[in-house]
Amino acid sequence: MKILKSAVAGTLESSDCMVTVEPGSNGIEFDLESAVIRQYGKQIRKVTLETLGRLGVRNAKVHMVDKGALDCTIKARVECACMRASEHEGRINWGGVIR
Amino acid sequence: MSNPNKYRLRRTMMFLNCQKPGLIKDPYVYKPDSIMLDLEDAVAEREKDAARYSLYHALKEIDYRGVERVVRINGLDTDLWREDIRCAVAGGCDSIRIPKTETADDVRTVEYAIAEAEREFRRPEGSVLIMAALESARGVINAMSICDSSERLFGIALSGGDYSKDLQVSISGTGVEFMGARQHMIIAARAAKVQCFDTVWTNLDDMEGFRKEVETIHAMGFDGKSIVNPRQIPIVHKIYTPKEKEIIFAEKVIKEIDEKKAQGIGVFTVDGKMIDIAFYDGAKRTIALAKASGVYKGDL
Amino acid sequence: MINAVGREIPDEILEITGKEPFQGNYYRDDVPMTKIGPTIRPVMNNQKSKLVANIREALIKCEAHDGMTVSFHHHFRDGDLIVNMVMKEIHDMGLKDITICATSLGKAHAPLVPMIEDGTITGIESSGVRGAIGEAISQGKLKKLAIMRSHGGRVRALTTGESHVDIAFIGAPTSDDYGNLRGIGGKADCGVLSYAIVDGNHADYCVAITDCLVPYPNFPAHIAQTKVDYVCVVDEIGIPSKIASGAAKPTTDQRKLLMAQYCTDVVVNTPWFKEGFSYQTGVGGASIASTQYLAEIMRERNIHMGFGVGGLTKAMCQLLDDGMARVLLDVQDFDLDAVKNLKNVNHHRIPAGVYANPLNKGAVVNKLDYVVLASLEVDVHFNCNVVVGSDGMITGAQGGHPDTAQGAKCAIVICPLMQGRIPAICTDVTTVTTPGESIDVVVTDYGVAVNPARPDILEALKAADCVPLKTIEELRDIAYSIVGKPEKVEFEDRVVGIIEARDGTIIDVVRQIKEI
Repeated sequence: MKILKSAVAGTLESSDCMVTVEPGSNGIEFDLESAVIRQYGKQIRKVTLETLGRLGVRNAKVHMVDKGALDCTIKARVECACMRASEHEGRINWGGVIR
Repeated sequence: MSNPNKYRLRRTMMFLNCQKPGLIKDPYVYKPDSIMLDLEDAVAEREKDAARYSLYHALKEIDYRGVERVVRINGLDTDLWREDIRCAVAGGCDSIRIPKTETADDVRTVEYAIAEAEREFRRPEGSVLIMAALESARGVINAMSICDSSERLFGIALSGGDYSKDLQVSISGTGVEFMGARQHMIIAARAAKVQCFDTVWTNLDDMEGFRKEVETIHAMGFDGKSIVNPRQIPIVHKIYTPKEKEIIFAEKVIKEIDEKKAQGIGVFTVDGKMIDIAFYDGAKRTIALAKASGVYKGDL
Repeated sequence: MINAVGREIPDEILEITGKEPFQGNYYRDDVPMTKIGPTIRPVMNNQKSKLVANIREALIKCEAHDGMTVSFHHHFRDGDLIVNMVMKEIHDMGLKDITICATSLGKAHAPLVPMIEDGTITGIESSGVRGAIGEAISQGKLKKLAIMRSHGGRVRALTTGESHVDIAFIGAPTSDDYGNLRGIGGKADCGVLSYAIVDGNHADYCVAITDCLVPYPNFPAHIAQTKVDYVCVVDEIGIPSKIASGAAKPTTDQRKLLMAQYCTDVVVNTPWFKEGFSYQTGVGGASIASTQYLAEIMRERNIHMGFGVGGLTKAMCQLLDDGMARVLLDVQDFDLDAVKNLKNVNHHRIPAGVYANPLNKGAVVNKLDYVVLASLEVDVHFNCNVVVGSDGMITGAQGGHPDTAQGAKCAIVICPLMQGRIPAICTDVTTVTTPGESIDVVVTDYGVAVNPARPDILEALKAADCVPLKTIEELRDIAYSIVGKPEKVEFEDRVVGIIEARDGTIIDVVRQIKEI
């Protein structure tokens, strides 16, 4: 999946996270702000990178402001931001790249 | 094709915006019978895509601890509802709520898409149930044929906001504007042997008005009510808790009928009075309600 | 050395402080001890005026010097203006190496941070610190060890001489020119001066600061003229709207209401809920709701509260007014209703020492049947943490938590299973501030756990079948299954603060947070 433009998904409400995806040329540059970074920083990073991997995103700048989101929310927001940034339309591969 | 969940208890069906992670992460602590994960009205137009990703992962990863997971899809007049169904079915939802249902064909259209999604995502045929929300005068008038439209359909729900607009009235809080619809829908639902649910009560500052409305719809025979705030749940459940006398009677009915049937006897008596086999289902329901309310400690 | 709650207390900390590691709740019970008094300057000359023109003059007359300890009370809560006013003057005088011995420090006191950074303030003793000061301490900016002690523990520390106050500054809503102080009346009405009474008794110098000078005698005095050296009149000592900030609307959050219901179910189904029972609760939404649920059942069963204690709120005062409680004992007022309720003849002020000092001849908390508390974290050993956030940053206060939890026959902690992604029920709390042996029941939105050390309570709740009972480990496991097991927060080796148990032993230490 190619990131064509900058896109955002999510909010700054409690239990949510806001993900901004921008085109990049230097692999995945992931930058995380989180209130729970000391306890869950590694887990958030892992889930984010795995999700990007499944989507086939190879080059992107990804910025996340996390407000204590669970893994399922992190995946959903990363996917949504990438889909928007890649201008994806049509049917979604539920259970395939989205899982 | 018989889904054992079709006639489960649904006293409280709580709407939750799929787009709000804080709401959908653990609503089961409030012990609603069903949650209705909303892709429709609660979700802003530009967040329709985001809501689906949230929904899919919530369904996949959150253990809702036995609470029924209904998904309200977008209306059939949009280009969203087909993907909504694919997402919900793929995620593993229990049921689909169709908004603005007007005809039996609406239900059949959705049923076809669900069946297709069940095949695509390898779910057993018939595993996803349907409920239809009636939100217009036409929909309400067609209640009977809608109730009969599909084996998957477990019930119909009044959606008072849109219905009152269609009727050209405002919501008074007295329920007078819903009298006809409620009476018509409950009769149709009972005739078709499906369930019937009442509309939401949105004025959270008037919990007494809410309580009165729930008492009314309980007395009318509704199976439950749509809920917008968890504070409403204990009120509904309390009203739907059977009285001790009813529980004792129901217990006797079930035991008497089970016993006599096993002995091949077709005449049943409770407390010296003859009773009919028709009492059996009602007694079962009373015991189920009593169990769900935490007031039944017996062995049935 | 490993203490009785399994925490490593470094030997060098024991050496520097001269304190012992925590040995269990009753270590000092019945052990003889001597009280220490202050060094005072008698006022025999009847020509002497106690009025001073400003804080500066008071500081000079009280021999303010480098390295001294000054004390403050927190009855004005987030509306307090006294601490910043006095510390600014001390700072402007160029004094260094000051220790602040406060009953509590809060958000209002963020202006102290630069004074910590420039060496004006090098020591802090408090029941806790919220906001920017907490962060500064956690970041290692305070030169000396911060000492966190409970309300009862602070009285103990002043009476044993573990802490010595050179000058106490007592904000007083009303005072006369000879230093009779009352907590009630004036512009910054806070109702009581309970936490400051020990300062009057044990500080060498005592300065009253008021914005409402009244004719002599200001009686009945809550702190008497015999304790006060100087009286300083200023424009404003507190911001009224922030003093009574506990006056919240009843909660409509169903999660809190659910926990309140469980809490009430626990109270009414345990053996101490009978005519004349005693009760303390807090200011949180769940606590207040649970007091209201309790009131309904008290009425239904015609059971009256013998006495209620605490930081008081409208909900508790309502019980007194309705004749459902016989007596209220008051150390702090969280809302204006509680302040006004002091007019009720059965609503009594008590000093913090009477309330909670562990080393006197028996504090009020010892007579408590129930206390309802909150906690940032509770671990599977029932240890509570109310001071250090799960991220390792100091952010809260012990208050009366350890005192009442130990004293009450049934100490109940209400705590949602998770705060955002942070599991509140965990394997080990970040910092132990109240030992598990004091905690009997933990109420969460996911169920109720009883300390296995209290089979009597467990049996009573099982018999009543009133709440979803879980083990504390089950609750922890549910939390971890939802949010994932948290990584251990990393700290530097340096200890920045100690947490004292009630009796002055060290129950845990707080280390400097690691920069990331």
